[in-house]
Amino acid sequence: MSFSIIFDNWKLFLEGFVVTIQLVPLALFFGFFMALPLSVMRASSNPFLKWPTYSFTYFFRGTPLLVQVYLFYYGLAQFSIVKETILWSFFKDAYKVGLLSFSLNTAAYTTEIFRGAIERLPLGQIEAAKACGMGPLTRLRRIILPIALRKSIPSYGNEVIFMLHGSSICSLITIIDITGAARIVNSRYYGPVEAFFTAGVIYLCLTFCIVGIFKQLEKKFLSHIRR
Amino acid sequence: MKRQFKLLFLVMILGASFVSNGWAGSKKSADKVRIGVEGAYPPFSEVGKDGKMKGFDIDISYALCKEMGAECTLVKQDWDGIIPALLAKKYDAIIASMSITEKRKKKVAFTIKYYITPAKFVRKKGSGIEITKAGMKGKSVGVQSATIHDNYITGVYGKDVTIKRYGKQDEAYLDMKAGRIDLLLADSIALDDGFLKKPGGDAYEFVGPDLTEKKYFGEGAGIAIRKEDTELAGRFNKAIKAIRANGTYDKIQKKYFKFDIYGK
Repeated sequence: MSFSIIFDNWKLFLEGFVVTIQLVPLALFFGFFMALPLSVMRASSNPFLKWPTYSFTYFFRGTPLLVQVYLFYYGLAQFSIVKETILWSFFKDAYKVGLLSFSLNTAAYTTEIFRGAIERLPLGQIEAAKACGMGPLTRLRRIILPIALRKSIPSYGNEVIFMLHGSSICSLITIIDITGAARIVNSRYYGPVEAFFTAGVIYLCLTFCIVGIFKQLEKKFLSHIRR
Repeated sequence: MKRQFKLLFLVMILGASFVSNGWAGSKKSADKVRIGVEGAYPPFSEVGKDGKMKGFDIDISYALCKEMGAECTLVKQDWDGIIPALLAKKYDAIIASMSITEKRKKKVAFTIKYYITPAKFVRKKGSGIEITKAGMKGKSVGVQSATIHDNYITGVYGKDVTIKRYGKQDEAYLDMKAGRIDLLLADSIALDDGFLKKPGGDAYEFVGPDLTEKKYFGEGAGIAIRKEDTELAGRFNKAIKAIRANGTYDKIQKKYFKFDIYGK
């Protein structure tokens, strides 16, 4: 066991770290803003809004992230409509494909989290809003989404952590993230313990930061219902 | 009553596990050899349509075992974990076209080589990419991660090209066909049989010289053994020489190649 192989390759781990802390927030960003309208659609009683979003979340929550990434990366490259059109400039790049599949995946989970929160809204508050003369959109903006989003903070924090850990899958499509760096170091020096231990510690620190951030968010936005 | 059954069941399980352990233990040391293979490196090692392992490495494994009088089981293992799994005693030898290099010798012992073939680049026909530092500037090259080819491209062209590293050789082929990479670097035989001669491979061609630089490409492919298993290494060495001498090796390689890949 020699951790000198880690110090010799600190640059590789740094590059991987940068990729991870770029890719994950970007995917979360896109996923979050996709999930906002999707969750409202998913919670609606209109079948034309409800069922398409349900199929979307059903597919992305029902299949492993790894399968989705492989489908997007190797699968789509088999079709000439992707390969020979302008689409290819997007799908050629492993990073963009990874970002796309992560965004869609986290969008699906986030949609279901928000949907749950929307459906659990106290009926009285919505009726009160109606009684005040608010239209559906105003209600959504002023009452439904603010309350639902606040209530989603704890479970959304979990989703962020899952996304961070799920992002390790991108190392399988030639993106060098933290796990990718560990895999390269492991395969070059045959030191799985050193390589993956280091990667694990980095993920642990990142998770710790995420937990801290969400604790602050809960304090700020959920203090009124703290017991 | 129920409790008694439970107890009986427990005793039976314990008894069975003792018996099977004892049996496996005594057999293994005598003449059972577990061999780690990769299964994603045609024509040397691949999973056939029927789900069985096939290829040059596989046939050679069975031939060597027969020669040694050992009973062999093949264990499929992905490349990037193939040496760690040997060290973790998941199997006793690696027969997976593994080149004998100084770096690997620090972790494992090798037998004598069982074949040697040069490495080569492949480009798309009409792409006009030349194998020089200037000609490859900014191009992307696909290699299998942690291979001699990875070491070579990293060591010689690392600053000039983008290196895409894949877990399996097959994945590099897929991305070459998809157009995500400009060049492939791999063993010339593997490229020829596993890529150029496969459907769609005729749009690609070899480019550049045969690469054999010993510093990177080692002394040919050998069988990797744990360092302490010197006796097994000796048996493998004897068996390799024997199948070379008695014609078994030739018979096997004729199935796959038109020339002698054993080298000098």
